[in-house]
Amino acid sequence: MENQPKILVLDDEADWLEMCRQVLTQLPSQPEIRTAQTGANAVAQMDAEPFRLLICDLKMPRIDGLQVLAIVRRRFPDLRTVVLTGLEDEEFRSRAYALGVDLFWLKSDMQQNMKMFLDCLESLLGRDLADGFRGIQNKSLMDIIQMECLSRNSTLLRLTRGPLVAKIWIQDGELIDAEVQGAHGEAAFRKILFWKSGTFENLPAEPHHPRAIEKSVNALLLESAQSIDELDTQQTEIIEKTAHRKTVWRISLVAREGAEFVVAVPPEGEPEAWGTQLAEPQAKWTRSALETARRLSERLEAGPISHIAGSNAERNVLALPRENKLFLVGWTPDKAADGQLLEKTKKLVASWDS
Amino acid sequence: MGFLKKIFRRTAAVQELPSGSLTVDRNGNTITSTISSAYPSSLLKEIARDVLKLFQEARDAQMPLAEISLHFASLRVTARELRGGAIIFLFPQTAMLQIPG
Repeated sequence: MENQPKILVLDDEADWLEMCRQVLTQLPSQPEIRTAQTGANAVAQMDAEPFRLLICDLKMPRIDGLQVLAIVRRRFPDLRTVVLTGLEDEEFRSRAYALGVDLFWLKSDMQQNMKMFLDCLESLLGRDLADGFRGIQNKSLMDIIQMECLSRNSTLLRLTRGPLVAKIWIQDGELIDAEVQGAHGEAAFRKILFWKSGTFENLPAEPHHPRAIEKSVNALLLESAQSIDELDTQQTEIIEKTAHRKTVWRISLVAREGAEFVVAVPPEGEPEAWGTQLAEPQAKWTRSALETARRLSERLEAGPISHIAGSNAERNVLALPRENKLFLVGWTPDKAADGQLLEKTKKLVASWDS
Repeated sequence: MGFLKKIFRRTAAVQELPSGSLTVDRNGNTITSTISSAYPSSLLKEIARDVLKLFQEARDAQMPLAEISLHFASLRVTARELRGGAIIFLFPQTAMLQIPG
């Protein structure tokens, strides 16, 4: 049955997975159900074969649901995602939607409104995988920009497609600037229009952002539409494939070494993180701690800093510099028992960019 | 031959590494110390201030730490938080005296 949709259910509880399997077989489209108990396993399965829908729990050890959803958003932008969790906190709901999930259901609600839940899933399975930006189904980027401009809106559109991030500034319905991959203005805008799918979000307008595009949005859209089929998007695809391979490698590395989380902090820009929801503050601490240590080493004449180790009852952390990045690696206390924490951390960090 | 030493003796250019422990209050003031009084108190205060800052910033990052160790090439600074203050151990890591792990 070639057109049989596939659903992947991710939850750390085996009993719940089995229950889901039984429930989902009642769907009219008779999907093929696969299950995974860890985020790493789920990503490996998605990597091996295409799925139509991912149903994901949030609270899981090691790589939690939000982390998996962040990976899915980057690497499988076409995959429909549903969060099915016991966490009733509204914060998780908004964070999940910010990651582009299609549905957020509480496990208790699902059990009480089983029919509605199944109807929603069936609807998601039925949607075709045509081009479009998540948030407004089946609308092209051109449609979205035209809508914003015709409505005389002021906004900052933030678009993501795989590892790429683009920004479009619209002020009082006029396109004033765009930015992607180091390009700005009209050149960036033309590049962005090649994106056929992805996710977008409206950020608050930046009224003082300098104007870099003078042409009217309609003129630019027309020019781009004329040339859009002629240009090659091969470069973007290569970047996506490389990022994809790197992600798989890093997930398997973290899982193999048994680390709880890894935060890689570049000299500038956003940190890369696996297994933690606190990447930003942890990256900030890592930067500050290693800078403080560097200054202290100069004052004490104690030689360069090798690493900083920290611990509490729940975890051990190690911060260390490596080439042009700083790393913060978290370990559960049981991993520290063999006294090889530093060696394990160095090994993990050394392999990070392999 | 001792007269040569007298002629060429100079003040050591390299600062001695501190060894011992100290406890500090939440403001970084030293309460007790076993570190040589010859070691500049301003540097001890700097160590205390930096260590307390690291604990505070770790709390701000929602990653509270009970113990922090800074491993320099020739010195290890280990601090354990104590009710806002800290007890700080300073271990020189020299070839003659190396404290494991």
